[in-house]
Amino acid sequence: MTPRLAVRKTYKMYINGAFVRSESGRSYRPEGNADMNLPLGSRKDLRDAVRAARQAQSKWASLTAMNRGQILYRIAEMVDARRDEFQEMLGGKPRHAQEVEDTVTTFVWYAGWTDKFQAVLGTVDPVAGPYFTFTLPEPTGVVGIVPPPSHSLLGCARHLAPVLATGNTAVILAGDADTRPQLLLGEILATSDVPQGVANILTGSVKELLPWLSAHMDVNAIDLSGCPEPLLADAERNAAENVKRVYRFQPVAPLSPYVMAEAIEAKTVWHPLAR
Amino acid sequence: MVTTTLPLSDVLVALPARIDTVAAEERAAALAKRSIKKESKLFALDLAIRCMDLTTLEGADTPGKVHSICLKAMHPAPNDPAIPSVAAVCVYPSMVSHAKEVLKGSGVHVASVATSFPSGQSFRDIKIREVEEAQRAGADEIDMVIDRGAFLSGRLDEVYEEIVQVKEACGSAHLKVILETAELGSYDNIRKASLIALAAGADFIKTSTGKLTQAATLPITLVMLEAIRDYAWKTGIRAGMKPAGGIKTAKQAIQYLVLLNETLGSEWLTPAMFRLGASSLLNDVLMQIEKERTGSYFAAEYFSEA
Repeated sequence: MTPRLAVRKTYKMYINGAFVRSESGRSYRPEGNADMNLPLGSRKDLRDAVRAARQAQSKWASLTAMNRGQILYRIAEMVDARRDEFQEMLGGKPRHAQEVEDTVTTFVWYAGWTDKFQAVLGTVDPVAGPYFTFTLPEPTGVVGIVPPPSHSLLGCARHLAPVLATGNTAVILAGDADTRPQLLLGEILATSDVPQGVANILTGSVKELLPWLSAHMDVNAIDLSGCPEPLLADAERNAAENVKRVYRFQPVAPLSPYVMAEAIEAKTVWHPLAR
Repeated sequence: MVTTTLPLSDVLVALPARIDTVAAEERAAALAKRSIKKESKLFALDLAIRCMDLTTLEGADTPGKVHSICLKAMHPAPNDPAIPSVAAVCVYPSMVSHAKEVLKGSGVHVASVATSFPSGQSFRDIKIREVEEAQRAGADEIDMVIDRGAFLSGRLDEVYEEIVQVKEACGSAHLKVILETAELGSYDNIRKASLIALAAGADFIKTSTGKLTQAATLPITLVMLEAIRDYAWKTGIRAGMKPAGGIKTAKQAIQYLVLLNETLGSEWLTPAMFRLGASSLLNDVLMQIEKERTGSYFAAEYFSEA
């Protein structure tokens, strides 16, 4: 029997629950990989992603903590099911297998936190009077993420999972290296019951797109972990325009509940005591 | 505006209704793809605001809600004097006096829907009376609905006569005739209904009530604009156009303006000849103006509701 022709894959970004090429029709070849074309996102792709994230946010935040946890756990299951594919894309070495294991662990770990972070990051405040005040963590809204490039898969996981766990929605700007693992993560998200628009993954030039992301007035927080030093000052200045929360973790965010504290707002409510 | 009524049969014979569906849809789609440069975009966005009929037609409308929408109509962006007022506020007849009170002296018109909006299924004398009352309460413009029941059963004369009578009842108020295109069934019917309304003396023809899920579309608007154009060629009488319903984004608004300019020319690019009926369009237009000015994408939370 003659072997069939190879089915070559078209890698696509994940925006608003759909797999898309760039609106601009552009693509790029990562350095040292002349045989693959990956989508080169444009500012309009970014705009569409932010709009989708904004639209999805209130509903995602209003899901029960348990439901969000189930969905994050489902992401872990799906990554686990395709771990060989991930490992091969990452480079095929034992340390890459470890990166996939760590990614699975990350999603499981944050899945467990969805109904517990309120108790750690919120408080019953000590007050000198006949009433209570509670401080409750609430999602800040839409979070733009530039994940650290050192670990293409784990970088996404460690920076995305805490943002989703707390009820935020995310737009990931994955850069223009070999981003196949990040794009494959998009396929994972699409099969994990993550509602459309909740997590969006764009590839393309950080230099070109970061100014638009950091200046976007509908983005409430921005994770600049993967932002190259020369772009940092401008990104922070842009972010100040609408007082975005700005944070970075290097080389990669740790597994810690306090990572979740970066993209939350503290709401304090007052409640009288019964007499 | 000088308008007269013409015998219906003359108009329908002189201007047959045969629409090439594919061509109409292709042309509308092609015009919608025009790329608009930055300066033209700012002009179009400004014009879209000046041509807007800010609309609230809910069972839950209160004088308070109408009050706040009137304030929004006069000052869409209160901290920015460069942003113009909208053309009119469109309300139910019972809200006309409240709107009139707030808008007095502002140049913003009060438009009232009438004739048993949105279905139009009532008695002729009640519809006429409603128009008179709305006009007496201070409406500058009347948005009537045609009797689709009569139209679809072929009683075109009845539709025509009703519009003529409503036009009389309007007095000095401008008359916009809503065809409710989604219920007419075909482009041929939409053109025929447009011509009936124009022959009967409509100052404007309007696509929809906004109460059905299918509202204004570009091809439907194109068909109506061409009816206006052909009628103007034949008679010299120029009527205005108002697409309404489902126009939510600045991008759509610009597409309608391109269609208008390409079909009827720049003389129609004025609130006297063109209106956009919308309830949620204004904030998106304001957002796009801000984006063109500042160069960064904007967020809805910076603009007031209503």
